[in-house]
Amino acid sequence: MRNMSMPLKTVLGVLLAIVVLVSTGAAAAEELLVYTALEDDEIPGYLELFKKAHPDIEVKIVRDSTGIVTAKLLAEKDNPQADVVWGTAATSLMLCDQAGMVAPYAPKGLEKVRPKMRDANNPPHWVGIKAWMTGLCVNTIECANLKLPTPESLNDLMNPVYRGHLAMPNPASSGTGFLTVSAILQTMGEEKGWAFLDKLHDNIARYTHSGSKPCKLAGAGEVAIGISFAYRGFMQKQKGEPVLTVFPAEGSGWDVEANCLIKKATIKPAAKTFLDWAISEPVMNAYARVYPVTAYATGVPIPDGFPADPEGQLIENDFNWAAKNRTRILAEWTNRYDGKSEAK
Amino acid sequence: MPTTIADTTNLPSQTFWTTLDKELWIKRLLILLVCIWLLVVVVLPLFQLLSKSVADADGRFVGLAHYRTYFSTPSLSSSLFNSLLVSVLTTCISVSLGFLFAYGLTRTTIAGKGFFKAISMMPLFAPTLLNGIALVYLFGRKGLITLGFFGVLPGIEINLYGPVGIIIAEVLFTFPQAVLMLCIALGMTDARLYEAAESLGAGRVRTFFTVTLPSIRYGLISTVFVCFILAFTDFGAPKVVGGNYNILATDIYKQVIGQQNFAMGAVVSVVLLIPTVVAFIIDRIFQRKQVAMIAARSVPLTPRPHVVRDGLYAGYCALIGFLIVGFYLTAVYASLVKVWPYTLDLGFWHYQFSGTGGGGYAAFFNSIRMSLYSAVFGTAITFFAAYLIEKSRQMNSLRQMAYFLSILPLALPGLVIGLAYIFFFNALGWHVGGMFIPNPMNVLYASMGILVISNIVHFFSVSFLTATTALKQLDQEFETVSESMGVPFTKTFARVTVPVCIPAILEIGVYYFVNSMATVSAVIFLYSADIPLASVAVANMDDAGDVAPACAMSVLILLTNLAVRIGFGLLTRRLKARAQAWTGQ
Repeated sequence: MRNMSMPLKTVLGVLLAIVVLVSTGAAAAEELLVYTALEDDEIPGYLELFKKAHPDIEVKIVRDSTGIVTAKLLAEKDNPQADVVWGTAATSLMLCDQAGMVAPYAPKGLEKVRPKMRDANNPPHWVGIKAWMTGLCVNTIECANLKLPTPESLNDLMNPVYRGHLAMPNPASSGTGFLTVSAILQTMGEEKGWAFLDKLHDNIARYTHSGSKPCKLAGAGEVAIGISFAYRGFMQKQKGEPVLTVFPAEGSGWDVEANCLIKKATIKPAAKTFLDWAISEPVMNAYARVYPVTAYATGVPIPDGFPADPEGQLIENDFNWAAKNRTRILAEWTNRYDGKSEAK
Repeated sequence: MPTTIADTTNLPSQTFWTTLDKELWIKRLLILLVCIWLLVVVVLPLFQLLSKSVADADGRFVGLAHYRTYFSTPSLSSSLFNSLLVSVLTTCISVSLGFLFAYGLTRTTIAGKGFFKAISMMPLFAPTLLNGIALVYLFGRKGLITLGFFGVLPGIEINLYGPVGIIIAEVLFTFPQAVLMLCIALGMTDARLYEAAESLGAGRVRTFFTVTLPSIRYGLISTVFVCFILAFTDFGAPKVVGGNYNILATDIYKQVIGQQNFAMGAVVSVVLLIPTVVAFIIDRIFQRKQVAMIAARSVPLTPRPHVVRDGLYAGYCALIGFLIVGFYLTAVYASLVKVWPYTLDLGFWHYQFSGTGGGGYAAFFNSIRMSLYSAVFGTAITFFAAYLIEKSRQMNSLRQMAYFLSILPLALPGLVIGLAYIFFFNALGWHVGGMFIPNPMNVLYASMGILVISNIVHFFSVSFLTATTALKQLDQEFETVSESMGVPFTKTFARVTVPVCIPAILEIGVYYFVNSMATVSAVIFLYSADIPLASVAVANMDDAGDVAPACAMSVLILLTNLAVRIGFGLLTRRLKARAQAWTGQ
């Protein structure tokens, strides 16, 4: 080696380093890859509870908007990466189920879960943790400045005074966007529903990639009103933004955030442990502190600002219809309005 | 093989011959290795990308079906026109502004040229996403200028989201490149031509059109193409301020990330690649002509003072400098404001990255690690490849091929590299003539290794050309002499070439580091959940609507890059003094 010239040493060094780089990625104890569409600011709190209960399991989180998580799961169909899907729209999990990607599993404590919040099969293919619903994020300062009335219903949003002052999530990538569109089509009927969306489209300044962005845009005054979901509105207000959350008078579209086990050659025991934990009482209480409708009643008081009967705010939602028609609805939506959607 | 020098040597000993032969074979082998490396990391992935664009989800050949779908879907195909329009306008504005700036720096006697040039380079150190974000804080509905500095001045509203925003952001992004290239072009002029023009009684305007423009025409053309390619392929800024205006770069992203439609992503990539490659080829043709332009007896032009002209240029350069600094200061300010535009308290709230996606400081340190690896390995590989290609004799065809492969990445947009790498590195193997060849590169998928390799390739060509230029300045005699004396080339390389080229080597290292920190286009397809990156975090936080933390992360990237640049600038100055003491300067 002593006679080896410097560049050769460099070359060897590079090769060695590449080997080291590659191999360090591989070593680990019990690792779990979890895909989720839960909000970035709620995940850390929940995971802390998991770490306390199961310090030996290393959880890796891939977080993105509902549509992206769904697309990613479907794209990886032949070689699934995720072990578990956590807190992602039930309508999306139904699609994965149709693709044969889901391994049925009955987590511990399943008997407590309301029938509405779980798959009817036994063992269920997916199990819900909580419901999330449409909420309008209204920037009170901007509305006052622009002399815009505070909307009380979705119908109010068709008023031409709101032209250019609304933001709404793209249903192709955002779960909130999809449940809102699906609710409109279900409550109004398809024909009237699309006519309503056409009118709404005239008032929309921007369709966003994620369901939380319209609310954040409203919070920053970039738009006056964002069609988003309730949790987001309350969180933006807590941060000091002038956001009032309005629950539309027609009732809110909603979906269940649910979990499922992904069918893989080897299903890790840790994956089942995680699913058991995800509907256990400690974390359910944590969900309930910000989402009033959870998989089972917790006794945690309804968070401030929600209607006294949060379940009454939810529309009659036919998940099977929504899941079955998702592709068609999205194709139609994209065809009609996609020119106005931002990148993604 | 024996050389002419060896032929004239009287006493070629046996050991001398074997050394020479061995040397030659080692060099030959190494050049071959360089070619293989470039084939594997550049050509094969591109080939894989092309083949994906003509195959269905199950890998069956479907011909141009995807392309037909693409061009018959108006919401997709209109992007090609949008992209071309935006990049042509950007190029016109950027080259004009850059020309005036470069003219001020090279042909006038204004003070503070070094300072102005340094300021104009600022955008090179920022992720292009930051250009978009800063624009939102300046010209968005609640932007500083839209609101007239919170009501102090009358507000100005521009329709930011769409082509206007994209063009402003891209002009800012391409401006430093235009200035750099035009400074070189304007600096290379022969003063004798101006003397001749003057003695023939040509006026200023006439001299400009008959002397100045023709003498820089190749540099100017090159600048136009480089700006066009940069604006055409960038996606960071359009992603933030593009609003409802679809362009090719954001479409690739939308198809691949948003809908996981990889085949359509591949098609859009090819559509993006074609104008880029055409621009690249035309530029190469002109570049070749330019080399022959410089005459050996040219006299450098020394500008003479001219009060009115110098005053105007000083004002112009100061204005541009002020705008650039103001632009980034706005970003820094916005990242410190608690709740823009309602609570203007200053603090570091958004620098905590709690409750936002993207990975926070873990992502930031990953980016630093990745950029360091890219800088170290990238510099070593690039410089060594350039040395072999530049300083070897014979093996002409092999060297020419290696040279071509080395400058080819210049034509490859980051998004195309990223997507091609997904296809190439994720493939388990290939069926070739009934035989299955497993893919040895598959282990790199979703690792730090693939990120580093993608950066090395993405920024290879410019580094390679820098290294080649530095090596060209070294006399070929060093190699000839050491060869005839039987000194192994590796020794010459380590004892002479590297020390003398230290400034260029450091320059390449910094270039790799800075660009790896700021780039988002290639790595956004390649990073994995375990290795979040800072620039990708900026994109993801912006997607979720967390614009302030996204801004804060961009500011961290910018400051890191500036610190590295300045630190190495000082280091280079000291090393230069030491390593190049022999030049007597």
